[in-house]
Amino acid sequence: MSAHAHAEEHHHGPPAANASSAVDPRVLGMLMFIGSEVMLFGSFFTAYFFVRVVNNPPHWPPIGFHLPVFVAGVNTAILVTSSFTVHWALTSIKRGTRTGLKAGLVLTFLMGFTFLATQIIEYARIGFAPRDNAFTTIFFNLTGLHGAHVFVGLSILLVTTIRAFRGHYSAEHHHGVELAGIYWHFVDVMWIVVYFTVYII
Amino acid sequence: MKNPFRSEADAFRLVIGAVVYFGAIAIAAAVGGRWWGLGVFVVLSAAVAVWVLRRETRERPPVAPRRRVGEDERRILVVANETVAGAALRDEIRRAVEEGRANVLVVSPALNSKLKHWTSDENQARAAAEERLGRSIAQLEQLGIPARGEVGDADPVQAIEDALRTFGPDLIVISTHPEGRSNWLEQGVVGSARERFAVPITHVVVDLEAEATSAEPV
Repeated sequence: MSAHAHAEEHHHGPPAANASSAVDPRVLGMLMFIGSEVMLFGSFFTAYFFVRVVNNPPHWPPIGFHLPVFVAGVNTAILVTSSFTVHWALTSIKRGTRTGLKAGLVLTFLMGFTFLATQIIEYARIGFAPRDNAFTTIFFNLTGLHGAHVFVGLSILLVTTIRAFRGHYSAEHHHGVELAGIYWHFVDVMWIVVYFTVYII
Repeated sequence: MKNPFRSEADAFRLVIGAVVYFGAIAIAAAVGGRWWGLGVFVVLSAAVAVWVLRRETRERPPVAPRRRVGEDERRILVVANETVAGAALRDEIRRAVEEGRANVLVVSPALNSKLKHWTSDENQARAAAEERLGRSIAQLEQLGIPARGEVGDADPVQAIEDALRTFGPDLIVISTHPEGRSNWLEQGVVGSARERFAVPITHVVVDLEAEATSAEPV
């Protein structure tokens, strides 16, 4: 047998994954985690549609409850823009441009922080509480669950940004940025679904 | 079927797609009313479903081998699964190498279930493929045919494409079970390979059951 095959005979541990069609194990781990998160959001959406469709109230939102659609829309634009900046950060480091990496990560963090701060301010001004009725409960649950994910995403981005400023990552090694980017895009897509479902339709 | 989300770039495209999808529905509903929104939702959902299905079957451009200058040996790529130790395949390889100096690479795809492939659980599949490969290489060496072996991707066409990039064969030999018993023939592996790769392809049918019957002592 060839030298290559002999080398494999003496190899200990699992065989190397075929790079052509298998996903990088680190990316696969993040994708599986996101898969579980999608299921978590799915359960909350099920509860939302149960309250809204199965109960079939005459008005939705119930009379007397108003959602800040415009402010949430601006927040949506901010979050979508932050996906562009994190993508820019990763593209930059792939080209070896550290300035683009740092600027992209800082901008992404600032926009994510703005989103979260705006949401907290809106909670304080919205005029109803989770305990009021089923609508308010599911509204705070869905948007709060997403807000918690934004907080986690910001924590990941903060670590990634600090590492970027400390000189970590290069054109060859940038998995930290890639994984943070994937998570941030997931947070973004989930918000688009939440905004469309809760605020628009 | 491959995992459509393999990188940050894929996730970013999903964000763009989500913005376009939900944005179009919201705009249609705002401008034309609820039924317009529903119509756009149905049309876009159908378009996405068709795109996903077509994406699976879309042909990629043919892949040609790397050209090497100054090499007088023939490079023969053999792709086989359980039939890798079949007599018909060994005969075909012997015929091919008789024409001159030859470099033979045997690729045995690590056949796996879809679930295990998606979760990258391919240790067992690779171990089984390595075992088959080892038997085949040993038999070829007994016949005086020097060959080396590699475990390839679970998708045989992908395994050929990988080998094309690294090995650059002049001839590809694909070995399958007979019609009716071969998953590869059912999936159109030989036809797909002929359409995609600009390299002569020989298809060898190995009937392991018939070989076993004829080998039994009377």
